[in-house]
Amino acid sequence: MAPELGHIALILALCVALIQSVLPLAGAQARDPALMATAKPAAYAQFFLVALAFGCLIYSFVVSDFTVENVVRNSHSAKPMLYKVSGAWGNHEGSMVLWALILALFGAAVAAFGRNLPPGLKARTLSIQAMIGVAFLAFIVFTSNPFNRVFPPPPDGQDLNPLLQDPGLAFHPPLLYLGYVGFSIVFAFAMAALIEGRVDAAWARWVRPWTLAAWSALTGGIALGSWWAYYELGWGGWWFWDPVENASFMPWLVGAALLHSAIVAEKRDALKTWTILLAILAFALSLVGTFLVRSGILTSVHAFAVDPKRGVFILAILIIAVGGSLALYAWRAPMLKAGGLFQPISREGGLVLNNLLLGTATATVFIGTLYPLFLEAIGGAKVSVGPPFFNATFVPLMVPLLIAVSFGPMMGWKRAELGAVFQRLWVALALSLGVILLTLAVDKTRHVLAALAMGLAAWLIFGALIEWAERVKLFRAPLATVWSRAVNLPRAAWGMTIAHAGLGLMVLGITGSTAWQTEVIRLVRAGDAFDVAGYSFVFKGTQRQEGPNFIATRAVFEVYKNERLYAVMTPEKRLFPAAGSTTTEASIRTNLLADLYATIGDPEGAGQPGAAGPPAFLTQAGQDVAWTARIYHNPLVPWVWLGALVMMIGAGVSLTDRRHRVGAPQRLPQAALPTAAE
Amino acid sequence: MKRLAFLLMLLTGPALAVLPSERLADPALEARARALSLELRCQVCQNQSIDDSNAPLAADLRRLVRERLVAGDSDAGVLDYVVRRYGDYVLLRPPMREDTALLWFGPLAILIAGGIGAFVYLRRRKLTVEAALTAEEEARLKAIVERRE
Repeated sequence: MAPELGHIALILALCVALIQSVLPLAGAQARDPALMATAKPAAYAQFFLVALAFGCLIYSFVVSDFTVENVVRNSHSAKPMLYKVSGAWGNHEGSMVLWALILALFGAAVAAFGRNLPPGLKARTLSIQAMIGVAFLAFIVFTSNPFNRVFPPPPDGQDLNPLLQDPGLAFHPPLLYLGYVGFSIVFAFAMAALIEGRVDAAWARWVRPWTLAAWSALTGGIALGSWWAYYELGWGGWWFWDPVENASFMPWLVGAALLHSAIVAEKRDALKTWTILLAILAFALSLVGTFLVRSGILTSVHAFAVDPKRGVFILAILIIAVGGSLALYAWRAPMLKAGGLFQPISREGGLVLNNLLLGTATATVFIGTLYPLFLEAIGGAKVSVGPPFFNATFVPLMVPLLIAVSFGPMMGWKRAELGAVFQRLWVALALSLGVILLTLAVDKTRHVLAALAMGLAAWLIFGALIEWAERVKLFRAPLATVWSRAVNLPRAAWGMTIAHAGLGLMVLGITGSTAWQTEVIRLVRAGDAFDVAGYSFVFKGTQRQEGPNFIATRAVFEVYKNERLYAVMTPEKRLFPAAGSTTTEASIRTNLLADLYATIGDPEGAGQPGAAGPPAFLTQAGQDVAWTARIYHNPLVPWVWLGALVMMIGAGVSLTDRRHRVGAPQRLPQAALPTAAE
Repeated sequence: MKRLAFLLMLLTGPALAVLPSERLADPALEARARALSLELRCQVCQNQSIDDSNAPLAADLRRLVRERLVAGDSDAGVLDYVVRRYGDYVLLRPPMREDTALLWFGPLAILIAGGIGAFVYLRRRKLTVEAALTAEEEARLKAIVERRE
């Protein structure tokens, strides 16, 4: 019953989306308030119907309804409840329903919270949003129906890929999609503005909270995915420049550029056409990412859809959306009036530099990710583009960008003097030089580049703090004044300080884990003792462990620091009989300054992977067996993700700025005022 | 089907790349071997270096790299040797050639083009920028701002 209900709900949602994509737009063109008003109930209905379908899908997973093909292929009756639920979106069909759900969620949110939007803009935005909904709902209904039944139903399911049975990965797709799909609403706003032929500061102000929300969620989604890779894949690494990672990284980079250019559009009425273009590109890259992952064109750990028919469908959506929006842009953008003027050395100029570097960085990732496909498609040589390429091209672009980050907020709008900015930043500069020297003095490896990178991280953190200190007049005014200034400081300013400092923390983590990682790979027998980065490890042997849907061998290491027991680390290898595969569970002990990271491999002399029978790690359990152990000491690595979390918090704080909610200043709705902000 | 085989291989034991038995006794040589391994692709995997991969083929390549190092090859010599046997596809940093020029110089071209575009945009608009405030106006403005605070 539930699958049929869900299926009908999906088809109805498609119908509603069709209506929503036509009526409000037609109403806005004809200036018919009644037609425009259909947008709101339609957006609600679409959201309700997709949510109903999604609920039915989750219900089928929760009750392990093995008459549904999707449940059979991705679930198992013995699977823990969390993974039964997350299994609903841990597969192609389900994840597309999640996509559509979040799309509808954003549409409904605009319908609900967009009270201060002019009715025409709101109607057009919701129509465009519904068009995207039509495309994806049609994709689901016609090529990826999650509710297909099987007959006769098998006694049990084939289980979810065990790598995906993980709390981190249960929440990774929803967050990532909130970001990806969140850009759709920004895209819809951009299209609506182009149709109206009007982009003003008010428009930029309406768009900014949605961009912030999407970007913040995308930050979280990417960070969660990276963290998952770190603890689940067992290599101790956290970013691999994998095409699927790049697919989510590109919209993130453009989204970051958009966040900044929208500020210029809002405050100074400049860079408007550029901001519109970024809004289009952010969503276009989200679609490219969806295409790359969903079409199976890049087969990797994530790509669980291997069906060319679907690839062609998404490619068609991609071409129509991107081609159509760029055509509309080329036609209408020249009609937009250029706004506020500024000198090259100014806050605007700094934000142009930000956009230039972020844009080029995005292009670098784009070219690097797609070049092998492109070359192969035109019959050229087969090449690989991997981490060494990205490290050589992407990192040099980030260095000037990160240096510029602390300058930007110090510069005045319209016109600034570098000398004066330097004067205000000398403390940050001195502190950063101090950090570089201190690093060189302490670091026995004398890693000069790493010391410079630590200095860069310090520059970002102190730069952000000093800008904040100046705004609240810290040390220069009585404490009561400082307090009241801090309380009255716009939330957006707080958000910027927090996000920029978070970026610095992330650089700290990246540097530490890249430059000073210690790795020990060795065979261990019960009773063996060895040192890793000042910690003494004693291998106590292995135990057999039974989980709900797996059997594991658990290795036990006692870790001593200064003769005292510091931790007991228990890495595991697990066999999932239903899925017929194994996973490695790293054991991680963090003190926030560094991680100890242990994994256990196969016993010595184990056969090649793929040999028949139970794997060697389960059958060989004697005392004399030698196991391969890999132990890492990863300095500062937690800050890679904590930095991302701080950036998310920054975006969240900025989102609560009441100026975003209250809407535009009164004088703006007429918009045509020449250089209104002067 | 081949794709499926890849996936299965990835899934059956993702950890464990470099094995203890493969490692060279000389730490300097071993460090060079590790650095070189990060530049080489495991051909049967999806986007993994031979250093990260546990596929048998990657293990063979790791051994080959170490053999060449022990034989006295330079880093470039080892990469040359591996490329002669397996082709350019094994290099994770593709060689700079005519057909990869777009890959290597595309980003730089975009940066330069974008830089010129931004410069021209700013220049053109600067011509129309109004005169800046005089020192006197500047002082009056400051006084007004401070009074408001």
